[in-house]
Amino acid sequence: MPVLCSSCSEKRAVLKRPKTGHSLCKECFFWAFEEEVHQTIVAAELFKPGEAVGIAASGGKDSTVLAHVMKLLNERHSYGLQLMLISVDEGITGYRDDSLETVKRNQQQYELPLKIVSYEELYGWTMDAIVKQVGLKNNCTFCGVFRRQALDRGAIMLKVDKICTGHNADDVAETVLMNVLRGDIARLRRCTTISTASEGDGVVPRCKPLKYAYEKEIVLYAYFKKLDYFSTECIYSPNAYRGHARTFLKDLESIRPSSIVDIIHSGENLSVREGVKMPVQGTCSRCGYISSQALCKSCVLLEGLNRGLPKLGIGKHHRLHEKILSQQPLTENEERKLKSVDF
Amino acid sequence: MCQVDEEYHHQLESTDRPSVSKKCVKCKELLAAVVIRAGDAFCRSCFKESFIHKFRAMLGKTRVIFPGEKVLLAVSGGPSSCSMLRQVQEGVSQNAHKKLRFLPGIVYVDEGGAVGLSKQERERTMSELRDIFRSTGFPFYILPLEQVLDLPSSVVVPAPPLSEPPTGSYKAAVDHFLQTGSRNDTTSQEQEEMSLPDVSESRTRSLQQLIGSAKSLTAREDLLSTLRQHLLVHAARTEGYSKLMLGDNCTRLAVKLLTSISLGRGAQLAQDTGFSDSRYGDVVSVRPMRDYSAKEIAFYNHMFSVPSVVIPSLETKAPEKASIQRLTESFVTKLQVDFPSTVSTIYRTSEKLQTAGRSSSPAADRGRCLLCMCSLDTAVEKASALQATLISEQLSHTKIQNPGPVKPEVPLPAEQHCSSSGEEDCGGTGSSCCSSVKEAEAPDVRSQMCYSCQLTVRDLSSVHHLPQYILSEAQRRQRRCLMREEIREFLLDDEGH
Repeated sequence: MPVLCSSCSEKRAVLKRPKTGHSLCKECFFWAFEEEVHQTIVAAELFKPGEAVGIAASGGKDSTVLAHVMKLLNERHSYGLQLMLISVDEGITGYRDDSLETVKRNQQQYELPLKIVSYEELYGWTMDAIVKQVGLKNNCTFCGVFRRQALDRGAIMLKVDKICTGHNADDVAETVLMNVLRGDIARLRRCTTISTASEGDGVVPRCKPLKYAYEKEIVLYAYFKKLDYFSTECIYSPNAYRGHARTFLKDLESIRPSSIVDIIHSGENLSVREGVKMPVQGTCSRCGYISSQALCKSCVLLEGLNRGLPKLGIGKHHRLHEKILSQQPLTENEERKLKSVDF
Repeated sequence: MCQVDEEYHHQLESTDRPSVSKKCVKCKELLAAVVIRAGDAFCRSCFKESFIHKFRAMLGKTRVIFPGEKVLLAVSGGPSSCSMLRQVQEGVSQNAHKKLRFLPGIVYVDEGGAVGLSKQERERTMSELRDIFRSTGFPFYILPLEQVLDLPSSVVVPAPPLSEPPTGSYKAAVDHFLQTGSRNDTTSQEQEEMSLPDVSESRTRSLQQLIGSAKSLTAREDLLSTLRQHLLVHAARTEGYSKLMLGDNCTRLAVKLLTSISLGRGAQLAQDTGFSDSRYGDVVSVRPMRDYSAKEIAFYNHMFSVPSVVIPSLETKAPEKASIQRLTESFVTKLQVDFPSTVSTIYRTSEKLQTAGRSSSPAADRGRCLLCMCSLDTAVEKASALQATLISEQLSHTKIQNPGPVKPEVPLPAEQHCSSSGEEDCGGTGSSCCSSVKEAEAPDVRSQMCYSCQLTVRDLSSVHHLPQYILSEAQRRQRRCLMREEIREFLLDDEGH
């Protein structure tokens, strides 16, 4: 016997919502999904009319759905936003070049301007070149740190007021778990906030309109909307530790589907004891980007690459920041420690 | 974000393997007998000394337990709480060079009825434990969990904290005790002993019905631990104990912290895992074993023959994915094998969280969860996970006749909710919707609970299986709330009750 849609009670339901367990027809699901994102945007006051908003687009499912929904809601609810796509080209052959093709197709479908910033033009290094020097072990650190800054630089070039990213509920929950596992109380406290405040020059405020959307629903949405997206894991990313957290989260979800949003609720309601030391935000004395240290992570990593000491930015070497700033050479002992490990 | 394994990997590489014949790191004379962490090899006597010292140091550092105070040790029969019992025994014994000066008692809650053990099995474990308890000379109480069904409602009402002397006076209290109370020795001749071996079968059946009404093992375990906690607090109150000592070790607490997060108990995390927990007001729970890892305890118990009893629990023999608690435990223990700092890192997170804070005001009973007694975290804030969930529920329910903007029909927070007590949420549980006469009388329990306890109760087939003391307290709160509603305009201070 066909199950009827629990929302319109007319059409046949085609899916069971991972988030609530209700059976819905295609149209009602689309409506619910889009309205939820809309409610999130309205409740959190993410945008103001007239703002230029950059959508961080990787070509993957989250950002493709985000671009689609943002364009749709902007028209449906007349947000009055000026939308654009920003992509970062990390320079990974066989991965990013293919996914950027998807972004370019999206650009045409959605008729949105697109800006691509590449690691090569910003830093003089592609990820392929970095991996050649660093090896496969710590490369995600480089990629992650560089991408954060690259997005900001791209946003400034496009003169947008805000960036929105495709982080979904699963990503946020996973980050809560990761920060507990790393004991990173500062990040644990801020990882559940939906948008970052404008932190100063060179940093564009960011927000996550899909914060409460389940990853599974995003895939369902893309599937039924027949959206064109690129779904390949990064060839350099076998990141074991995060993988554990991810598997754990999926297992939790299979036991109790509300777990994902329950974890976000936990994260939102944590209270940190007074007197716990928190990093103080300052600016990098080399490039002016936000940093809690004298030098921002990105500059340290870059310095390491350029000096041929890739491990300079891996782990904590705050003591060396002074030396780097004053262009002093490192001692032999220090250098030996920071050379890449041979396999 | 991806930095994690980098930082760990650094530590991992530097850990040298423990060599076979190593000297003790402390006395540097005797051969090491045990390696607790990589690099820390201890000989037998140094291990014992450091183990005992840790316990005393924890109590000394925290200064929560005052001399002469009555402290009830909750012993489950497991290695951790049995080890705690041994530490207290060593501490209060005559020849201890720095004697612990509180008055210990033991309580054991027999959950056999809930787990479905036979009468004979329950009898056997109880007699084993009775032997252990008798040998300590401390007064002890063996309580069947069935007793929870007959608790008074006062258990779920926070009592005002006992007039505790200000922290500065700890030393004064010690001095005072030394002068006056030193003759008042714990080793009194008569050992008080209380156990109620005869539990009627109908009570066991009601308990089983209650536990069984939870549809998931996750909810069942959560419910069981709540009930156990209520019984422990009640026992402490009736016997005049002001502290309840729990045997949670570091490994256990790491699991509990991650479980709590997964169950949506972020707001209650600090109370669930901190050293002291004063949510009940007059009875404060303390966790002095929180610095020991499970492995350390296992070694100690083995080397110094601390007896413990194996008692099956709800999760015994359950598969890994049977419940959130079970899954989290296996996740943490497996991760600990590959990344040895997992447990201590998670555990350190708990130390950075707010403990006292908002919950310390004993005033408002309406702001407390009916089950776990923590402050409610269910005020629906704009753009919160809770609001998002409510919107999702609503959007998958209602008909889309008018494609206008949907206004979230956010239920009123607990204080105001009572005015509409007639038709409160029949959303979650299907059964409570189709009302029988009995259902109609159901007090609105869910709105009086915290986020996480609501999840548990949603998994119950009916709230009517909840013990009477909880239901009647819910009714009392609801009546009081209605009363306040009626006289609201005459109240000058909205917060006052």
